[in-house]
Order: sequence, then structure tokens, then C-alpha cells
Amino acid sequence: MRPVGRRLPPLLVLGLVVMWLLLNQSLAPGQIVLGILLAVGLSWAAATLRPLQPRVRNAGTAIKLILVVLRDIVRSNFAVARIVLGLVRDREVRAGFLEIPLDMRDPHGLAWLSTIITSTPGTVWVDLSPDSTRLTLHVLDLMDEEAWIRHIKTHYEQPLMRIFE
Amino acid sequence: MTEAELPLWATIPAAVLLVTGGLLTLIGSIGLLRLKDFYSRMHPPTMGMTLGSGCVLIASMIISTAILHKPVIHELLITLFVVITSPVTAMLLMRAAAYRDRARSQR
Repeated sequence: MRPVGRRLPPLLVLGLVVMWLLLNQSLAPGQIVLGILLAVGLSWAAATLRPLQPRVRNAGTAIKLILVVLRDIVRSNFAVARIVLGLVRDREVRAGFLEIPLDMRDPHGLAWLSTIITSTPGTVWVDLSPDSTRLTLHVLDLMDEEAWIRHIKTHYEQPLMRIFE
Repeated sequence: MTEAELPLWATIPAAVLLVTGGLLTLIGSIGLLRLKDFYSRMHPPTMGMTLGSGCVLIASMIISTAILHKPVIHELLITLFVVITSPVTAMLLMRAAAYRDRARSQR
């Protein structure tokens, strides 16, 4: 334990202040001061639990990525709905595992990749090889494996690498 | 609270969103029942977690904003909590199932 070396993660502090103000639904000066005090105190207390600090390098890419993910979530919701309702009749829907070679090593990037993939209906994260070079997914509609791999690498992995690495 | 208090610009989008969100969640639950194996069944409930709850939360923001005559957006926090919690459960279930199947095939 070296309390002297603790650094406050600015994004965490900012996020906690915004969360406090949203929870209280107020922008009163008293609430802002209280929020800042709580955010700094809690971030300081939690700093030893999280020795790795994420560094966000590219905010523009992050916003673009969020929009892409939102669009994909809406699209895949309707794609999965069609499969469940049996509206896909022209071909057989085949579910299965898919292995993707990864280039990303940053743990925060990988955490976000897992969240994005699992939040999108139709794909769920199953496993990451111990050296984090291969990712296993389960895909509900494994029509074109190459297209899935290309989509995840270009739309999710590469932006995340630009943001975190 | 009577219907007359709610303006039309709020009621119509909120009603559309609630019906859409409800239908998506229902279809997701039907998928949970209908699909054949465990891994496939993991997918449809995600619909209720994402677009289903999203539609309901946006409807809630519209209605609260209309009733209170000031912007109400703290529903965004629910979205944040769903985003950081539900994938973790899904991944734990998936990994448990994969581990079980691997152990079974080795026997």
C-alpha cells in the first residue's frame, strides 16, 4: 500500500459527479459541491482496487463507436426477432461458435469489446484464450463467418484499439 | 392523473415506444422458450435487455418530462446500470455452459 502514489482517474471523478447530479435531479451549487466531494473521496478510496488506469486517446472515435453500436443493436434486435418468429424461410438458420483472432491487448478495450458483443442480440462472448489472442463467440445466425469476423474487427476492435492503445 | 393532462406530442410517441418495447421483449421471451439448445436460447432475451428496455426508458423520459414540465433524464442511469451488469451475467452463464460441455466431452 502506497497511498502517496494514488492518482485520481479524471473520467471516473467526472462520471461520478454527473451520476450524483442525475440521481438528485438537481444542479444546485450545494449538490455540485457534495457531488465533487463524494466523487473525489470515492475515487481516491477505490484507486488501490484498480491499479490500471484507462487512457482514452480519441474521444471522437469513441462517440462514433457508440453510434455504430447503437445502430447495430437496433438492427440485430430485428434480425433476432425475425429468426425467433420463423420469418427466415429461404435458408436454414445455423447457430454455432466462431473463433476470431484478436490484435487488441488492452484490458479496457477487451472489456468494452466483450460488453459490446454480448449486448448485441445474436452474439455472445464465450471465451478468451489465456494469452488473449483468440476470442470465441456464439453466434445465433452463422450465415457468413468471414463477414462476422470482418464486421467485429473493423467496426469494434479497430476503433477500440484507436481509443485505448 | 387524467388523460387530459398529457399533451398529444408526448402520448403518441410514448405509446408507440411502449408497444414496440413490449413486443420486442415478448418476442425475446418466446425465443427463450422456442429455440433448441442452451447457447441459442441465450440470444433472444438480450432483445428485452437492449431495445426493449430502451424503448420503455425513452417513453418514461418523454412522459415524465411532459408531466413535470422540465427535462427528466435520470432514466439514463438505468441504461448505464443495465449496460454494465447484464453482459456480465450473460458471459458467466455462457462460460459455465461451455465449461460443462467441455468437461462432459472429456469424460
